[in-house]
Amino acid sequence: MSLSPLDKRWFWLCRFFAFTCALIICFIILFLFVESIPAIQSIGLERFFNDSSWHPTPDPSTGSFNLSAMLVGTLAATLGAIIFAGPLGILAAIFCHFYAPKQIAYLFRRMIELLAGIPSVVFGFWGLVTLAPIIRNLAPPGPSLCAGIIILTMMILPTVVLLSDAAIKNIPKKYIEGAAALGLSRWSTIKSIVIRASKEGLSNAIMLATGRAIGETMAVVMVCGNIAQIPNSLFDPIRTLTANIALELGYATGQHRSSLFFSGLLLLGIITMMVLISEKLKSEAIRD
Amino acid sequence: MGCSDKTGMQEQPSIQRLIVTGSSTAAPLVSDIAKRFEQSQPDIRIDIQTGGSSRGITDAGNGLADIGLSSRALTLNEKEILQCHTLAQDGVCFLIHKNNPIQKITNKQLKNIYTGKTTNWKQLGGLDKEITVIQRAQGRSEVSLVCQYFDVKPSDIKADLIAGENQQGIKMVANDESAIVYMSVGTSEYEVSRGTPIKLLPLKSIPATAENVAKGDYPLSRPLIFVTQSHPSQLVSKFIEFAQSPQVNDLIKDHSFVSITTR
Amino acid sequence: MTDKTLSQDLICGFIWCVALGITFMFCWILFDIISHGIPEISWTFLTSSVQQAGRSGGIGPIIISTLLILLVCLCVSIPLALATAILLSEFSNSHQRFTRLISTSLEILAGIPSIVFGLFGNAFFCIICGLGFSILSGGLTLACMVLPILTRSIEIGLRSVSDDYRLAGAALAIPRVKLLWRIILPAATPGLVAGLMLGIGRALAETAALIFTSGYVDRMPGSLLDSGRALSIHIYDLAMNVSGGETNAYATALILLVLLLVINLVAQWLSHRFLYRKVQL
Repeated sequence: MSLSPLDKRWFWLCRFFAFTCALIICFIILFLFVESIPAIQSIGLERFFNDSSWHPTPDPSTGSFNLSAMLVGTLAATLGAIIFAGPLGILAAIFCHFYAPKQIAYLFRRMIELLAGIPSVVFGFWGLVTLAPIIRNLAPPGPSLCAGIIILTMMILPTVVLLSDAAIKNIPKKYIEGAAALGLSRWSTIKSIVIRASKEGLSNAIMLATGRAIGETMAVVMVCGNIAQIPNSLFDPIRTLTANIALELGYATGQHRSSLFFSGLLLLGIITMMVLISEKLKSEAIRD
Repeated sequence: MGCSDKTGMQEQPSIQRLIVTGSSTAAPLVSDIAKRFEQSQPDIRIDIQTGGSSRGITDAGNGLADIGLSSRALTLNEKEILQCHTLAQDGVCFLIHKNNPIQKITNKQLKNIYTGKTTNWKQLGGLDKEITVIQRAQGRSEVSLVCQYFDVKPSDIKADLIAGENQQGIKMVANDESAIVYMSVGTSEYEVSRGTPIKLLPLKSIPATAENVAKGDYPLSRPLIFVTQSHPSQLVSKFIEFAQSPQVNDLIKDHSFVSITTR
Repeated sequence: MTDKTLSQDLICGFIWCVALGITFMFCWILFDIISHGIPEISWTFLTSSVQQAGRSGGIGPIIISTLLILLVCLCVSIPLALATAILLSEFSNSHQRFTRLISTSLEILAGIPSIVFGLFGNAFFCIICGLGFSILSGGLTLACMVLPILTRSIEIGLRSVSDDYRLAGAALAIPRVKLLWRIILPAATPGLVAGLMLGIGRALAETAALIFTSGYVDRMPGSLLDSGRALSIHIYDLAMNVSGGETNAYATALILLVLLLVINLVAQWLSHRFLYRKVQL
């Protein structure tokens, strides 16, 4: 398909706008980098992973700056949330398309859209007041990795459901009609045709949701307990990198402040790696 | 005091703006004070922004804000370039759940709890329950105050949970019968008066009340301060004078802090 | 055969359980918000200004500020997201490298913590661009934040339109832009609206990015350059900083949800009208 002159003009406009998006990323990386340079210079990269603990001070010689426990915390909470929210969200989207009566599916979608708009503070508050005491009865102290995973799951679920829903809608009708003609049952159709045909959309949905889970701040601060330690069980409190920034930024000065920006940069590094790996996997899957 | 230039101010038709940034603890109070100030001075707008004490101090230092708010005292370095003006006083007390039978506690016992040497309330004559030790976020003024008081390093403290903002700490204690946390006396007293199931522990047998903080008897307290550059403008000084005057005592009390004029 | 129908029934039951479980959790939170919030809500609460740091008085100026911030955010993000999504879905086979780069950067953007957006917005819009604490800087920061989710969902919506249209259009030598405007966009409307709702939800729910950009001032904003407090920040402040602010925090959260519901219904209604008008060619 060749482009007409009119198309070409629009194409360039689109490119320009898209380029702006990429530019924002560059600005943010640059900003984080500039802010964290003092910490990288005076503390040094290895101390962020080798120090005894996270007890930062404005003066780098007296504090200790180990971020690895929080790195583990972030990964654990995100992974946990995605393990639950991914399948649940996709199943909920399937529910909307293949199992629910039309009216119920309509209501269900409106509900999920509403869920997407509940402020993270409200989730966090609910987690702190309602969820944490329930977990404390099972295993003290209550605010923990487990509470964090539950809250994060609820928060990223709308993203997964709505985007998977859109991706499933994406499948050409004839596929499903063809499956019906072959006499495939509903679930086999879903398993062998729907999921496969919408694979790319579903993985995009999960990627976006993962990003959301990694970046969530306020709710996590309230329910995770915020101890910077590597958790031994689901019921141990953890601190995520974002929680670390939110908790301490308001009171941090000097190298402490700068090292908080470094943790932001670190987070960005993880996200970039994740994105690149998933793209690699995707392109390999396409080649197969 | 401000009378002489008051007429001069009113002749200016343009609206003057003051930017105040800093401590989230002090911001709601200062916001109320600013509203009252605006009522008496219709051509002045005061914009309050939060973001934490260090933000307030930094912004005041580099001129982004006219006034910075801080809930910690200035360090020596900061004092060289900045001026501070006390707005109010606030105590820091230890809180436990209402159902916890412990009535009093010694400093030694508190120190042992926070350094992980005492782990069960039974050891202090209470119920047989593991203590949930709640620490506050690193860098908050309460932390350095308590660490100084017990002469420990923040890294020596063995905590089970860490609370950020005050309300988070309150909720954690109110939901956990075996928890202990430290926080603002004003906030704690207010919560007790609302029926939240918490109890303030006396320190050195002095009950933690705003009254005792005002009298200066209570051993743990911190100031809420305004931070300005060394030569604040007329408008800034005027607002600070207003905020330090008895005209705002009811607001300070309303936010459960202790005003400096009642001392 | 019976075995097969049994497993079909089991799966069907399981999926219903998942949906019911999600609904149950949602209703739990919703019930919590409504039961605490509803006694406070009245006309005066909606219209009057904030008093006693939010413990009394209403949230009138805050609703206005929130709507303004949202407006700025959408005015900027929708064109950007639409253009990017069109590029990704309609022109993606022509410049592989470039579209890959864009889509990668969007995915990275999606994972940046909101607090980092807040700090970036503060440094870039408030200080470097000189907008100060203002509704404008808040809206622009939010626009950066909702961009990935908006773009991604518009892209999915566009891709969901059957290729038959595009092929038919190409066969008839209709310029792609016309085809896009007349056929593909209208056909993709439901997907676009879902994406829009996700973006609006995200923007309304945001706290950390706004504390440092649109600010904390609870006065009625006079212009876009004034600082204005958003509903979510008000909720945060009441719930976390102000003793005794809890009930009003719940009431504000309830208002936020009602606002979202209203926006949602209006968007649904508009999308239905749009769909009818455009497809009846």
